[in-house]
Amino acid sequence: MSKPRLGVFKFSSCDGCQLSILDAEDELLELLDRVELADFLEASSASSGAPYDVALVEGSVSTADEAERIMRIRKESKMLVALGACATSGGLQALRNWSSLGLFESAVYPEPEVARALEKVLPISDIVAVDFELRGCPVSKAQLLQFFAATLRGAKLRLPGSAVCFECKRAENPCLVVAGGTPCLGPITASGCGALCPSRGRGCYGCFGPSDDANPESYASWLAAHGVDRSTIGLLLKGANSQSPEFRRWIEKNG
Amino acid sequence: MARRVVVDTGPMARVEGEGSLSIVETGRGGPEVKLNIFEPPRFFEALLRGRRAEEVPDIVSRICGICPVAYQISSLNALEGLFGVDVDEQVRRLRRILYFGEWIESHALHIFMLAAPDFMGVPDAIAMAKRDPELVREALTLKRLGNSLMSTVGGREIHPVSLKVGGIYRAPSKGALASLLPELDRLRGSVQKMVAFVASLERPSLERESTLVCLSDPTRYAIDRGEIVSNQGLRLPPSAFEEKFEEYQVEYSNALHSRIRGGGSYMVGPLARFSLNYDQLNPAARALAKEVGLKPPLNDPFQSILVRALEIVHALEETEREVKEYEEPVRQSVPYRTKAGTCYGVSEAPRGILYHSYTINVRGQVESAKIVPPTAQNQARMEDDVRLLAPRIIRTGADEARRISEMAIRNYDPCISCATHFLRLDIRRA
Repeated sequence: MSKPRLGVFKFSSCDGCQLSILDAEDELLELLDRVELADFLEASSASSGAPYDVALVEGSVSTADEAERIMRIRKESKMLVALGACATSGGLQALRNWSSLGLFESAVYPEPEVARALEKVLPISDIVAVDFELRGCPVSKAQLLQFFAATLRGAKLRLPGSAVCFECKRAENPCLVVAGGTPCLGPITASGCGALCPSRGRGCYGCFGPSDDANPESYASWLAAHGVDRSTIGLLLKGANSQSPEFRRWIEKNG
Repeated sequence: MARRVVVDTGPMARVEGEGSLSIVETGRGGPEVKLNIFEPPRFFEALLRGRRAEEVPDIVSRICGICPVAYQISSLNALEGLFGVDVDEQVRRLRRILYFGEWIESHALHIFMLAAPDFMGVPDAIAMAKRDPELVREALTLKRLGNSLMSTVGGREIHPVSLKVGGIYRAPSKGALASLLPELDRLRGSVQKMVAFVASLERPSLERESTLVCLSDPTRYAIDRGEIVSNQGLRLPPSAFEEKFEEYQVEYSNALHSRIRGGGSYMVGPLARFSLNYDQLNPAARALAKEVGLKPPLNDPFQSILVRALEIVHALEETEREVKEYEEPVRQSVPYRTKAGTCYGVSEAPRGILYHSYTINVRGQVESAKIVPPTAQNQARMEDDVRLLAPRIIRTGADEARRISEMAIRNYDPCISCATHFLRLDIRRA
């Protein structure tokens, strides 16, 4: 059997999610031995180009050029995977979607054609079909490796869509919200990080985006009833995943 | 004479972010050299407006997945300065350990995965691993140690979650950090071999006069804070950065260039640090520098890779000492009240000075932000270097011209995502 052809692509992003691949130091050489690296600009100057069996896409779409490029990559790929919060729900740069354009126009950039910025920053799935999503800002290295392990066997990975609370309980952390009144998005954020923040005594800030059964409206009301002001809740939801449908709906309604 | 394209790299491999380089002979004067950065801007400075001061370190870390700690530390320096927060000495130590972890990881990534393939004539580290598996495995182990330091202190290596204005959310136990000592100790022994490998790489040379700028800290080889100094006798507090340096736009790049007001380009990063702070390098790093024949001042950008290797040695030695001296902090964080005003913070990111300035209003929100990353500061220098190399490389074949000019760019380990975050968006509609 020939090795699957892998492409890794960067859109508007910080580079952290594709760096997560290179951060798998113990597995990297074996992993790269089991695929044919067709394109991975950050890691290699060799490029054999399309077609791709698996395309990993980091970043959101924020320029007209990027919109064209993702459509081309989609056509050339059997499986397209959105890697991390920018790709799955816009990333922090998508916060500009919530601002009045005047805010950004105040400082004039003399050569606007250089940037060719789209009016809104979009997650990949707003432009093309996405076959699989790995969440997080950045993605979890463990989930990334599980994805490779499953895909290389021809299996489909299923990630739990449960909330961070499940991981937090298993870590035997006292609940920050109930015990300390700390605002925490754990109840409505997808697991995958291993309850990283609550395990360090800080509230979850939602970098894995909404869990399967997230109900921000209900949870925000509960938080408000327990003394957390709504502007704090709004700022928490206006993070790296503000373009996910669940978080976006709450922000649209509550500002 | 017609215009002749000597080099046009297209999207450049093995750099962080998206850019390309072109050299064009124009027939008039010297060749035209352009580092075209087409990475889309993400407008972080505008996004920060209206956010609470306490949110800043987590937001700005997302500017860069390779040097998030640098962003967190520069912003903390600025904000804690304004609010009059004096963090616990042990918390400061933890922040330095976290920062050393980032230096080790970033430098190891640069040397072995991004830069070395050029010298070996291979496309990537995978091909290098086929030739010398031992070396690449050891390099990955070194990189992993950097990441382990970051995840032990910060919770994770990319966008760590433990730092906050006023201190740290939860300090690691003494035992958790001490568990890294055996690996740290082993790598201190084997890193000399890696330095020798880097020293053995055949490097081109480019001797030139340079203005070198870095931080100076009387207590150590500057990393987490300092005053701004140069080899031209400059000495400034962080608050005076914008009085001396300015940014300007060129039409072909999505990242602003920097220059000294009334002067030309300057260089930040390992060469500047090595040249100006050599005496504060750990003795082990200085001894190795002597062995490989490096001494300050250094102006040749092709020596950067070797200086980065020496900085890894320094970081390993210093980290071991800091880990051994670590005691769990008495005060993990100190309470503070936000204060209105403008504040300034700098630190030495792996690629050089990272400058932040924020204006905070009476409600504790960001009114305005300005961030000048090292790659933006080095951009004009990168082009200058290629311009100086051009007469030499134009005579070589197209492939060699491309290889040398890409190496000249990689000397600066450009971090293009960082460099382009700050452009302001201007949407003009017909």
